Amino acid sequence: MTAQLMDDEKTTETRAPQNRRRRRTGLEWLALAITVLVAVVMIAPLLLVVLNAVKSPADFSAHGPLGLPTEIYLDGIKTFWNAVDFPRKVWNSLLISSAVAVLGVLVSVLNAYALGIGRVKGRMWVLVAFLLATIVPQEALLYPLYIMFKNVGLYDTIWSVVVVFIVIHGAFGTYLLASVFGAFPKELLEAAALDGASRRQILWKVVVPVCRPTLAVLAVFFFIWTWNEFLIPLSFLVSADNQTVQVGIATLQGERIMNVTTISASALLGIAPTLLFFLVFQRTLTRGITAGAIK
Amino acid sequence: MIKGQGRAGYWLYLVPGAILLTVIIIVPLGWNVYLSFTKYRGIKPPEWNGLENWKELFHDAEFWASFQHSIVMVVAMVVLPTVFGLILASLLFDLVGRRFDGKIAGLLRAVYYLPQILPIAIAAIVVGWILRPEDGALNDLLDAVGLGGLQHNWLGSPDTALLSIGAVMVWIQIGYPVVVFMSALQRIDPQLYEAAELDGANWFQRFRAITLAGIRPEIFVVVLTCTVAALKVFGPVYALTRGGPGTSTTVPSYYSYTEFFTAQRVGYGATIATALTVVVLAVAIFFVRAQFRLVDEEAR
Repeated sequence: MTAQLMDDEKTTETRAPQNRRRRRTGLEWLALAITVLVAVVMIAPLLLVVLNAVKSPADFSAHGPLGLPTEIYLDGIKTFWNAVDFPRKVWNSLLISSAVAVLGVLVSVLNAYALGIGRVKGRMWVLVAFLLATIVPQEALLYPLYIMFKNVGLYDTIWSVVVVFIVIHGAFGTYLLASVFGAFPKELLEAAALDGASRRQILWKVVVPVCRPTLAVLAVFFFIWTWNEFLIPLSFLVSADNQTVQVGIATLQGERIMNVTTISASALLGIAPTLLFFLVFQRTLTRGITAGAIK
Repeated sequence: MIKGQGRAGYWLYLVPGAILLTVIIIVPLGWNVYLSFTKYRGIKPPEWNGLENWKELFHDAEFWASFQHSIVMVVAMVVLPTVFGLILASLLFDLVGRRFDGKIAGLLRAVYYLPQILPIAIAAIVVGWILRPEDGALNDLLDAVGLGGLQHNWLGSPDTALLSIGAVMVWIQIGYPVVVFMSALQRIDPQLYEAAELDGANWFQRFRAITLAGIRPEIFVVVLTCTVAALKVFGPVYALTRGGPGTSTTVPSYYSYTEFFTAQRVGYGATIATALTVVVLAVAIFFVRAQFRLVDEEAR
């Protein structure tokens, strides 16, 4: 697994100018056409959502889902915002996802240090044991976890969900980081050991700083995945005050038949925070990766 | 391992992870395996009934049908996204990124990734509404381009429901392999591509000899994680069709969920969930072993 998962345009960008002098072939134009066409297909459903989120119901029934809105209509968004107490749900989702991003990466790092750099005996089976967390179907965990959380008073608190996803997403993190750490430059480790660094110091002063870009990418993944989780938050967060954005939207859908514009508005507001997060962090990631790339 | 420091001390670092894993996964999983040998409807205490549930499972046509639907999910979530992902990543990296502009390639990659960040609850709303029979966007579009005859109740008819979910999953999944493969390609020495090009190798030859060979470890990661996800897919089925119409889109995960919470047959639901766990575990062990062997070979 490479150290950078997401964004590293540097290499391609710097090489482009010298190639640009050569004439582009038909195949290259074809490649551009294909990749752009795929992008259009991928983004079309999202554009449809935006289009219909700002359309009035009358406008929708007159011109259908594909027509451009005749005027910008924001009542759908307002209705949804108030019906689910949107700010509250965003706050809950934010809290849960941030906690999982930070603590999940921490647990993954500790596990992967033992597996990837410590190469403890039987590490393959330890890894498989951790992978159990992503292997077990979530609905098989619901019933036992419900009873356990009830007994310790975690049921219907956001911490129940946080703990579960630290383990579930941490399993992927352990798997990914174990292979990244497995390829960690030996010279760096040995030099640090020669300088008398302890195991703990090597982890925090050598391994973690060098791998920070990967850890950042992992944290972003954890954040987005947790934000999007549905079944477990739905089962453990029963009171409206503790619910996440996803659960709020799903509950609202069940409660009443929404018209198309409110549906689109809810979809738009459900996507917006993740989208924003993704756009903001894609840049941060690029910077982080260029600064810390292993060469 | 660092020279001069024993292996034993590293076990300490596994303690927090192991405790969490035990409490949140292993204990509930054991509990679930136990329930699979009981008759339990959630009210009176579980009643041991040995292999009864397991015998029923082997003769349960709905269970086997749900596993056949899983094969469609594997094609939609593993095979097609990996193949398209490889081709798209290679086109973006080798042709668009190097011949046009790295920024265009980066932007296109981000667009491919967008459906991946969609919460499934939302994706289901969007897609369910696009595929709606009366005023859905797809049927509207077909009509607009003169193919009105193809209009269909995409999610509502047994003949197209599973394929519609499959198509949605291809859309959702493609971005993941593209992102992982493109970052893997950054690791490959660019001179390899330039040298091959000077030797007259065309895109397909470069793709086979350099791209495929260079990113094998990432292909493993993608295929493993996507296969696990495909075998236990739940959210899209729950959100889009609830397994229907009839049982035409039931998958094992959804089947166990309905046994747990709708039919109140907790024991049998646990049996289905346990069987599914065994299958996914076998697949995961197969992949991880193959991956370890590959790493060992390359290290030699």
